[in-house]
Amino acid sequence: MSGAGAGGRGPIAVAMSGGLDSSVAALLLARAGEPVFGLSMLLWEGSGRAAPGRCCGALDLGDARRVAAQAGIAHHTLTMEREFRERVVDPFVEEYLTGRTPSPCVRCNTFVKFDLLLDRARRLGAERLATGHYARIVDGDAGPELHAAADAAKDQSYFLFELTRERLGRLLFPLGERTKGEVREIARAAGLPVAEKGESMEVCFVEGTVRDLVESEARARPERFGAAELGRPSRLVDSAGTDLGRGEPYYRYTVGQRRGLGVAAGERRYVLEVLPATGTVVVGPGEDLAAPGLAGERLHWVGEPEEEVTVRIRSRHPGVAARVRPRPGGRVEVEFAEPQRGVAPGQAAVFYRGTRVVGGCWITGRLGPGGARRPASGSAGGRG
Amino acid sequence: MGAYFDQNATTPLDERVRAAMLPWLGERWGNAASAHRFGQAAREAVEAAREEVARLIGAGSPAEIVFTGSGTEANNAVVYAALARAGGRGRVVLSGLEHPSVPGPLATPWGAGVEGVRVDPEPSGVVAAERFAAALEPGAAVAALMLASNEVGTIQPVATVAAACRERGVPLLCDAVQAAGKIPVSVQILGADYVTIGAHKFHGPLGAAALWVRPGAPFAPLLVGGAQERRFRASTVNVAAVVGFGAACRLAREELAERALRLAALRDRFEAGLATTAPGAVVHGAGAPRLPHTSSVAFPGVVQQELMIRLDLEGYAVSIGSACASGRVDPSPALLRMGIPDELALGTIRVSFGLTNRAEEVDAFLPILGRAVASLRAAGSAAGVR
Repeated sequence: MSGAGAGGRGPIAVAMSGGLDSSVAALLLARAGEPVFGLSMLLWEGSGRAAPGRCCGALDLGDARRVAAQAGIAHHTLTMEREFRERVVDPFVEEYLTGRTPSPCVRCNTFVKFDLLLDRARRLGAERLATGHYARIVDGDAGPELHAAADAAKDQSYFLFELTRERLGRLLFPLGERTKGEVREIARAAGLPVAEKGESMEVCFVEGTVRDLVESEARARPERFGAAELGRPSRLVDSAGTDLGRGEPYYRYTVGQRRGLGVAAGERRYVLEVLPATGTVVVGPGEDLAAPGLAGERLHWVGEPEEEVTVRIRSRHPGVAARVRPRPGGRVEVEFAEPQRGVAPGQAAVFYRGTRVVGGCWITGRLGPGGARRPASGSAGGRG
Repeated sequence: MGAYFDQNATTPLDERVRAAMLPWLGERWGNAASAHRFGQAAREAVEAAREEVARLIGAGSPAEIVFTGSGTEANNAVVYAALARAGGRGRVVLSGLEHPSVPGPLATPWGAGVEGVRVDPEPSGVVAAERFAAALEPGAAVAALMLASNEVGTIQPVATVAAACRERGVPLLCDAVQAAGKIPVSVQILGADYVTIGAHKFHGPLGAAALWVRPGAPFAPLLVGGAQERRFRASTVNVAAVVGFGAACRLAREELAERALRLAALRDRFEAGLATTAPGAVVHGAGAPRLPHTSSVAFPGVVQQELMIRLDLEGYAVSIGSACASGRVDPSPALLRMGIPDELALGTIRVSFGLTNRAEEVDAFLPILGRAVASLRAAGSAAGVR
């Protein structure tokens, strides 16, 4: 079902970034004889320029066109800069300014690719939209199901957890059953100009450092981001509130981060908490990162709700058994079978049963011992 | 089946034109400035072509024709020369319909200090001659009014404006690129001082255009470094393209009346069919004298880019004004300057016909266009199409 020859239905639009994966997705559909056409999105100023070493979203329009021509399919480009800014870049900046760790790729999938682009593709006559994501759509008893990719190392199902059955029914992931190696081989055999392209896990719209982006965006539009004190050094403290010196501005740090702390200490220290109100960053030993569970919001189910799940709390987290306890207003508490390090507010927590993505939520904080939510003010920082 | 209805962008090469060019892409060659027999042969071919160009537009002498590489180059040359004369002061008067190659030089460092005065068209798509005249001042470096709009096809009152320009001593540039080969163009009747035409708009090759310069009109070359084109334009002449240009001019002159009838029949067939296949469609400039082959149509409630893509996917090529290569969509400035509301301008496509089009293509196109429009309307307005 998630393979390329999916079917004998109407026209398919394939999202083409000019990267390896979407190029091969387009090629496979074209070879399968599907009525397919390519769409590229201009999302960010300069995204039409070739930006070597970046992954999805960083459009290489020239390569997208070349691949479309080689696959013998039509290709068009849509500009969605304003929407991308509103739905992905602005929230990204805002999350850093509020001391959280954003997940722009999930937002881009939820609000740009599988909302706007899906809608535009439909308006252009496509019945379905295909992308080069590594994930599988499987026909289940109750409708289409979202599953992890066959290639666990490349699996991108985490980034797709906000999809619904209705949307899955209109999507195709032609690469879901393939490994990255196979995909590259297909590109090489076909002589695609993108066959040797590398990839990057960097965020596609961050060209310099995150700090530079946050500061330039926040400075340019104080009406959107408030009058944050940009550039002010943060105060580094330990869990007991002891002053450990000054650090870079607080929005430079994310929970669980180890590198770049600049704290001279014998033991390894990690960011435990970021407190924007006071510009304080709480650091401590790795074991202090461990939490028995997480509190979340915007609980989402792809299909039916589940209680016993495996949860992944960041994209490359291996997953841990957990119990999901929904709370009113879309809030949720997730108790881990064993404590986990690096529960970072702003990240997505994605629920699986086996390879199937059942749903997820957005992390707001850690659960304290015994399941009680830690107070929002945190420990030491509250005194600052 | 599909069809090419974007003949204002460029036209397919007439096979008779290609036949005339082929020797110069094969067994014949020569630099038209060389004194030996190869050069002489090339020069002879170029001068024969010059004669054909002169005859198509009624020039007094072939010597008044300057070959250029494009219409853009010819327009640029006239405006840059005017800016040089203006010396960083004064004004340039332009219609709001001009191709960007006319106002373009004003936005460069060479345009610094020179005021560009724009006279917008009336809602009919025609510039009011008296308004244009009122904007002229004695001493304006140059004025520009195109013969026919490339977007809407409306024909402009060039002769009237030229008379007003003459009275005030302002040289007038008339961009006739879209008009030449489709309607009679006579530089004597137009009364302008510079007229631009281009081969590829009427089934000639790309890369050949001409600037007619009235004898005695002020001019300074854009390209220097050679004595070609009587020092009006240095560069080795593109012999094959110029030969094709000459052939296209000869054919256009010989067949002009018949061509205009054929093109108008296609256009009228299309516009008549719109009433039933796409109710509510609005043809811009319909009440004004227009080129026979251009139809600028608005479909209220539709976004031009989506319509263009849908039609392209069905094999039909149409144009959407000013969308740039990167796919950004903005309503056409020319339409907005006619006073057409944003929403209507954004729903406008340009359908332009050529000699390669047939009535059956129009008949096949209409229902496909109708279905695409209905489907886009049914889908409602897209979030954030602009």
